[in-house]
Amino acid sequence: MRGKRLFIAVFLIPPLLLYGIFVVSPYAQAFQISGTNWSGLSPTYEFVGLDNFHRLLGDGYFWNALRHNGLLLVLLPVVTILLGLFFASMISVGGRAGRAGVHGVRGAGFYRVVYFFPQVLSVAIIGVLWKEMYAPHTGMINGLLRAAGLDGLAVAWLGDPRFSFWCVLAVLVWMNVGFYVVLFGAAMQSVPRDLYEAALLDGAGRRTTLVRITVPLLWDTIQVAWVYLAIIAIDGFAIVQIITDGGPNSSSDVVGLRLYKTAFADGQFGYASAIGVAMFFLTLTVAVMFLRVTRRDRVEL
Amino acid sequence: MEYRISRRGLLQGAAGVAATGALSGCAMGGSGSNAAAKGETSANNPLGVKEDAPLEVVIFNGGFGEEYARAHEAMYRERYPKAEIKHSATQKIAETLQPRFVAGDPPDVVDNSGGSQIDFNGLVSQGALADLGELLDAPSLDDPSRKVRDTLLPGIVDVGTYDGKFLALNYAYSAYGVWYSQKLFEARGWEYPKTWDGMIALCKKIKAAGIAPWTYPGVHARYMSWPILTAAGKLGGLDVIKAIDNLEPGAWQHDAVKAAAEAYYQLAVDGYLQPGAEGMDHVQSQTEWCRGHAAFVSCGSWLENEQKPVTPPDFRMAVAPTPSLTTSDKMPFGAFRGTGSEPFIVPAKGENVRGGLEYLRVMLSRKAAADFTGKVSSLTAVAGATDGVKLSGGLTSVTALIDASQGGAFTWLYSTYYRKLERERVNAATLELLTKRITAAQWCDQVQRSADEFARDPAVKKYKRA
Repeated sequence: MRGKRLFIAVFLIPPLLLYGIFVVSPYAQAFQISGTNWSGLSPTYEFVGLDNFHRLLGDGYFWNALRHNGLLLVLLPVVTILLGLFFASMISVGGRAGRAGVHGVRGAGFYRVVYFFPQVLSVAIIGVLWKEMYAPHTGMINGLLRAAGLDGLAVAWLGDPRFSFWCVLAVLVWMNVGFYVVLFGAAMQSVPRDLYEAALLDGAGRRTTLVRITVPLLWDTIQVAWVYLAIIAIDGFAIVQIITDGGPNSSSDVVGLRLYKTAFADGQFGYASAIGVAMFFLTLTVAVMFLRVTRRDRVEL
Repeated sequence: MEYRISRRGLLQGAAGVAATGALSGCAMGGSGSNAAAKGETSANNPLGVKEDAPLEVVIFNGGFGEEYARAHEAMYRERYPKAEIKHSATQKIAETLQPRFVAGDPPDVVDNSGGSQIDFNGLVSQGALADLGELLDAPSLDDPSRKVRDTLLPGIVDVGTYDGKFLALNYAYSAYGVWYSQKLFEARGWEYPKTWDGMIALCKKIKAAGIAPWTYPGVHARYMSWPILTAAGKLGGLDVIKAIDNLEPGAWQHDAVKAAAEAYYQLAVDGYLQPGAEGMDHVQSQTEWCRGHAAFVSCGSWLENEQKPVTPPDFRMAVAPTPSLTTSDKMPFGAFRGTGSEPFIVPAKGENVRGGLEYLRVMLSRKAAADFTGKVSSLTAVAGATDGVKLSGGLTSVTALIDASQGGAFTWLYSTYYRKLERERVNAATLELLTKRITAAQWCDQVQRSADEFARDPAVKKYKRA
């Protein structure tokens, strides 16, 4: 018995140790650091209690960034999931009636691959690509607009506080939607074909099929997608940093970027950790809330 | 999901990234100070370098690249063949070195430059930097009868001095001004204007010729705050600038600053700024300028090197001082903003502080300075180091600018004292100004509010410019 326990422990301890050192301990330290005025350049610091959190409450730049995360939190999952569901259902069950059986639109295989493209690019590459796409004179977006004779619409996308945030949101949707097309597509494959066929026979159109059959049967998958996307929305750091760096005039700032700049540009690691701790609770709350709200015990058709 | 959350953990920067020391315990813990290796001092070795002490140099791999540093290291090795030199280069100075400062194990020489330099405010207030005063008083490598201090261009000591201590050697010398293509101007029969009225009149002509008079990087709109502040300094005198550096109340609302902001706001009002520039970064806008789509751009003298790949061969770029705003400006037309850049530091807790100082002394030799100028087309802090060196076109215009000013170069220090004030606040406000979302007076008020914020913030160490 003892030998067996030892055997199990040998396998369990190294991963637990690694997890403890690289995941749990930085978290614990972030909590500790958030109560100090540590500048991040020397081992000396003083405990300042809750001062950092107090300061956080009155920091307009933080609230501005948080507002953008809030907007992302509402919009990114909704838009991405709706688009993902639409594309996935077109690819797997949206084909024309008139041919026998349930199938996708013509060229479904091609679309499946194309939608997945952004997923194989790294975030940094996507950021740089889109930054160039949005460039006022040399960018592809304004090039297309001009070619179509819409010169009036060819504005400096990233240089205008009215548009910069939406430009970032568009990129976030673009880079994520492909993954959910695949995810939802795979889930749809497991929905029994005869359900769709029965619906077709009863004269259900594409929309009815989607709303009444696909969505209820995919609910678990959608729920997971929702949590994933919410987490991406609370982050958003990498894309924002590369494309707009939070500008112009903080119009596309997000909390992650604020944290990073507070730590590395301003050398205020104590305050930055306080932002991190606030974000930790925020992420946790949102995840729990989403799971609660979307929980359903039984599928009702 | 576990994975995603642990990415957030990384974002909690403080703990996540700083914790290279995680294995050894806490991110904030560090070892004590090192007793700096010191050797015997002699005439040939006035700083007392320990001959076989290894030296670690970290270079910012930006506009100047890292090749020049390899040449400097070779020169150091010539003097101390037993010393092993560890060279590395990065664009992420702060991210790479921050944990090492905490652990008390920083490199011996750091080129603390670029977009992610370590904030000097923090470095200085934490006492992380070695006093370079000893270097200034050491004999120069070229002429033992002269001190290093006396071989430097004016302003170099000022810009690296914090509360009376010389802590950063700004090795490159940058002149800031308004850049144009001599070829374009000669072909069109235009002449660089000496007054602001002349500038507006010329812009009208340039625009009529189908070229945008000015372009600017909207993403880094602070580039345009440079001619504004330079013009304000020239109009109202250096005291206007010093008030800004000292975060005095109302400094940004001084009449001279307001008049200068008003002048550059005029460019936006009259449509003399390239449409779309508000969405460009510095590379994009400077490339537009090199392609002849715009006539003027505001930049420092690293522009020539930065634009090397896209500059047409007969472009002949040249720099000029900002036009005088009035006929009664306190400084002459020739006055310009000239200052050191590329700050080199010697961390106080490095293993080989002596070697670090000596490395800087080697860099300040004429041979090393001329090599730097030859490699990266930039002047150095060493006075007269380019005598007899063949200079590139842009650099010739920079030396002409310096000569013509007759010592009339000046600079502000608020951007080194309070980096964020310029990088974030002035940057944002200037874009608002140039896109006409705020007026010149509102620009002054907005920046002043930000400056007041810094003046009040107890977490920011304050410096006094004398």
